[in-house]
Amino acid sequence: MVKPLKNLDDVTIRFAGDSGDGIQLTGMEFTKTTALMGNDLSTFPDYPAEIRAPAGTLFGVSGFQIHFGSTEIYTPGDQCDVLVAMNPAALKVNLNSLVDGGVIIANRDGFDAKNLKLANYAVSPLDDGSLSKYQLHIVDITKLTGLVLTDMNMSSKHIDRCKNFFALGMMYWMFNRPMDATIEWIKSKFAKTPDFMEANTRVLQAGWNYGETTEIFAVRYEVKPAKLDAGTYRSITGNEAIAWGLIAASVKSNLELFLGSYPITPASDILHELSRHKNFRVKTFQAEDEIAAIASSIGAAYAGALATTTTSGPGVALKQEAIGLAVMTELPLVIVNIQRGGPSTGLPTKTEQADLLQAMYGRNGESPVCVIASQTPSDCFGTVFEASRIALKFMCPVMFLSDGYLANGAEPWKFPNADDLPEIPVSFRTEAEGFFPYSRDEKTLSRPWAIPGTPGLEHRVGGLEKQNITGNVNYESANHELMVKLRQEKIDRIANDIPLAEVEGDTEGDVLVVSWGGTYGSIKTAVTNKRKEGKSVSHLHIKYLNPMQKNIGEILYRFKHILVPELNLGQLSKVLRFKYMVPTISYNKIQGLPFKSVELEKKIDEVLGMK
Amino acid sequence: MSLLQELIHQTQQTFVQPKYSAKDFQSDQDVRWCPGCGDYSILAQVQRIMPDFGVAKHNIVWVSGIGCSSRFPYYMDTYGFHGIHGRAPAIASGVKLARPDLSVWLVTGDGDGLSIGGNHFIHLLRRNIDIKVLLFNNQIYGLTKGQYSPTSEYGKVTKSTPHGSVDHPFNPTLLALGAEGSFVARTLDRDPKHMQAILKRAGEFKGCAFVEIYQNCNVFNDGAFFTFTEKETKDDNVLFLEHGKPMVFGKEKNRGIKLDGFTPRVVPLGDSVSQNDLLVHNEKDSTLAFILANFSAMEGMPRPVGIFKAVERTTYENDMELQIQKAEAKKKGDLNALLRSGQTWKIG
Ligand SMILES: Cc1ncc(C[n+]2csc(CCOP(=O)(O)OP(=O)(O)O)c2C)c(N)n1
Ligand code: SF4
Repeated sequence: MVKPLKNLDDVTIRFAGDSGDGIQLTGMEFTKTTALMGNDLSTFPDYPAEIRAPAGTLFGVSGFQIHFGSTEIYTPGDQCDVLVAMNPAALKVNLNSLVDGGVIIANRDGFDAKNLKLANYAVSPLDDGSLSKYQLHIVDITKLTGLVLTDMNMSSKHIDRCKNFFALGMMYWMFNRPMDATIEWIKSKFAKTPDFMEANTRVLQAGWNYGETTEIFAVRYEVKPAKLDAGTYRSITGNEAIAWGLIAASVKSNLELFLGSYPITPASDILHELSRHKNFRVKTFQAEDEIAAIASSIGAAYAGALATTTTSGPGVALKQEAIGLAVMTELPLVIVNIQRGGPSTGLPTKTEQADLLQAMYGRNGESPVCVIASQTPSDCFGTVFEASRIALKFMCPVMFLSDGYLANGAEPWKFPNADDLPEIPVSFRTEAEGFFPYSRDEKTLSRPWAIPGTPGLEHRVGGLEKQNITGNVNYESANHELMVKLRQEKIDRIANDIPLAEVEGDTEGDVLVVSWGGTYGSIKTAVTNKRKEGKSVSHLHIKYLNPMQKNIGEILYRFKHILVPELNLGQLSKVLRFKYMVPTISYNKIQGLPFKSVELEKKIDEVLGMK
Repeated sequence: MSLLQELIHQTQQTFVQPKYSAKDFQSDQDVRWCPGCGDYSILAQVQRIMPDFGVAKHNIVWVSGIGCSSRFPYYMDTYGFHGIHGRAPAIASGVKLARPDLSVWLVTGDGDGLSIGGNHFIHLLRRNIDIKVLLFNNQIYGLTKGQYSPTSEYGKVTKSTPHGSVDHPFNPTLLALGAEGSFVARTLDRDPKHMQAILKRAGEFKGCAFVEIYQNCNVFNDGAFFTFTEKETKDDNVLFLEHGKPMVFGKEKNRGIKLDGFTPRVVPLGDSVSQNDLLVHNEKDSTLAFILANFSAMEGMPRPVGIFKAVERTTYENDMELQIQKAEAKKKGDLNALLRSGQTWKIG
């Protein structure tokens, strides 16, 4: 029987189950295959902070959402069209994100008495008619997996581990995707354990066959490739892009890369990734804590390396005194902050955008730091490259902001050719004649990078106030004021070295939606939708947060209303009001979750209605 | 060649190393410790021995934390980094890991190194990064004007402990041994010859070398170590450790150390006990080093100074470099290859 193929522009699927169910892996495999098919896509992994949360519990649910389509995709999707629920908790936690009429694929075997109780269901939702507004498909995934593997002499625990591949196989069938890439992956992953290789391949195939032969799925869907720019693509997560962007900056500046870091979610993957690339002469140092991590990076910067330190909000809090030291010693340093929910340990695995003020003002004394934020996973590459360029050119610390949502989210990336990336010109001072450690470049105000090992340039730096030019310790009042102003001016002058901001949409009108960081995608989607309706709405995304691009004020003044949606209590809003004296309208969400476009659209409508 | 390699290469071509004297290591900055401070002597001894290493001035970096002692780098005409409180070990680690070609020295105080920087201190030693660590122990906070420090004795009366401190002190040497220090030594600010000898050994050691220096803070803790540094009492209270030599001390060289099981005892030399019966110092014996370091806690034992332990082992930066070379030999980094690695696909 050939089942009809229905064409869709875009679809969102959410896989959900216990954190031990291999949900993230299932999602990643589906993502890889979908990328290879030429769809544009965006993903949202959403998992608990507990490493092995107790099975079946509501707080132990791990989810992976992928939004893909034949058009350009900017977000992982507000709601899902298909929900794969491996147990009752997964269903309960995710049902509110399923569209009315959406598809549920439920693993019947996961809905046993124990799991129902853990999810607080008195009766099974699969049987009580409560899911009647959805297309409910109940599949005995665990049992079927077991049947496929009866002759394999595997323990029930191992059989159970394979069941996610059954679900993946069904999804591959339903959305008409090839299984080759996943089969290849299984082959390499289980090269040393042929039994698992065989088992997982069989189960994946069985899931596909199930879709093909049973009557329960009446249709399958086709999502045609997107019309993306011609070129070669790969899929990349935000954290991978940061690691690679730093390597690229090291290659293009001809400097050795040094990373001092201490593990913290969701930044650790950058440390992991960089540690794998020693063949680029990358030096990764897992320090004893965040303070040691940044202090070692400062030492490395002093000694002539492209130095970086990667962390998340609580780690930045610990590093602040040392950041001040980097400000005072005027050394180049890239500080990567993958923001997460706070304060304190907060929501380790959930996203938030609340470190902007910490980045800009979180130190003692007048301590200006350049701040720059990435907007999509793949954009992390170019943005961290830019952060490195600025740090090296202006001899200053640069704080690079990303967030949990960008860090783990993946998207297709038309990656650049190495030769097309700009060089980062760096020169160490070698001329002893006329050398002063704090003399300044006329244009950038940066001081010379005179590294140990250079004859005749022996000098001392440190956290005590410096006399301008000589760099000697100096407590004179007039000198301190001069130095405070010079350090500020140096950061301000970065504005001369960055492109002007561009508005997406008309350059004047009723509402300007201003965004920064990882909310770019949802806000762009919302604004695009409103513009399609003919509404006077434009979008300004601010990548350079300190200093801001020179034309930001000009842009702001041309709109009647300025709406600033943020995943915090209004931090960019505060900065804009203070800097440009504009009345901003804050729209805030602090739930550890990204914005939904519908939420934003509703808010935009509300602002449009304001007089 | 990386920018750095180019620079190193270039300077090696052009630089003719002068013959240094102590004066060459004096910077143009005024030394601003209190008159009579033990730090002066340490600075002078360091400047005296620096020429002996035959290392060019521009290849030497002094790193410090915060405290009176940590002003040290300003006074050395080499490269220098005056850091933040307690973090000198981490800053110095970064310098050395980025640049194994440099000779890196670290100055810290007992407050700086063992209080706020205690964590970094132990990790530096365990990693065995080739950095020379000089801990100026004055058993007090100098710069903040006289609060007790982690090495101050129990019951110490200071501004912050008017009723006497109820903190028990660290023994820095014991701590350094516990942190797996490869080279652990102790010397005295008021014994220039001894200090020079110890600092020279530390400077020549391949690996992390820790030297505790008893330093007199004549303003806030005057005389804390006088028992061990002053002529009248020194000989009877200090045991000078020498590798391969029996442990003899006392003005008349008439007392020695013997082991009774694991317990060290002071014994009088004479008819029944000869030098042959005494404990012989061995820098390679780390168990012995622990026993010696613990003398401080034992009533009636002399205070050992000298090299407790000197055992070479692989350094962190060496292992790091070897891994890099191995990775490079396998496949040199190629940015395009990295960007294209894994799965890619073409559109259009
Ligand atoms: C973060 C921070 N906390 C506290 C201080 C104040 N502080 C400066 S030096 C010092 C103690 C110094 O004692 P020690 O290391 O024994 O050095 P000494 O001055 O005795 O040589 C303290 C508490 C500081 N500078 N920074
Ligand atoms: S306070 Fe003490 S340690 Fe500091 S300089 Fe004066 S005497 Fe030396």
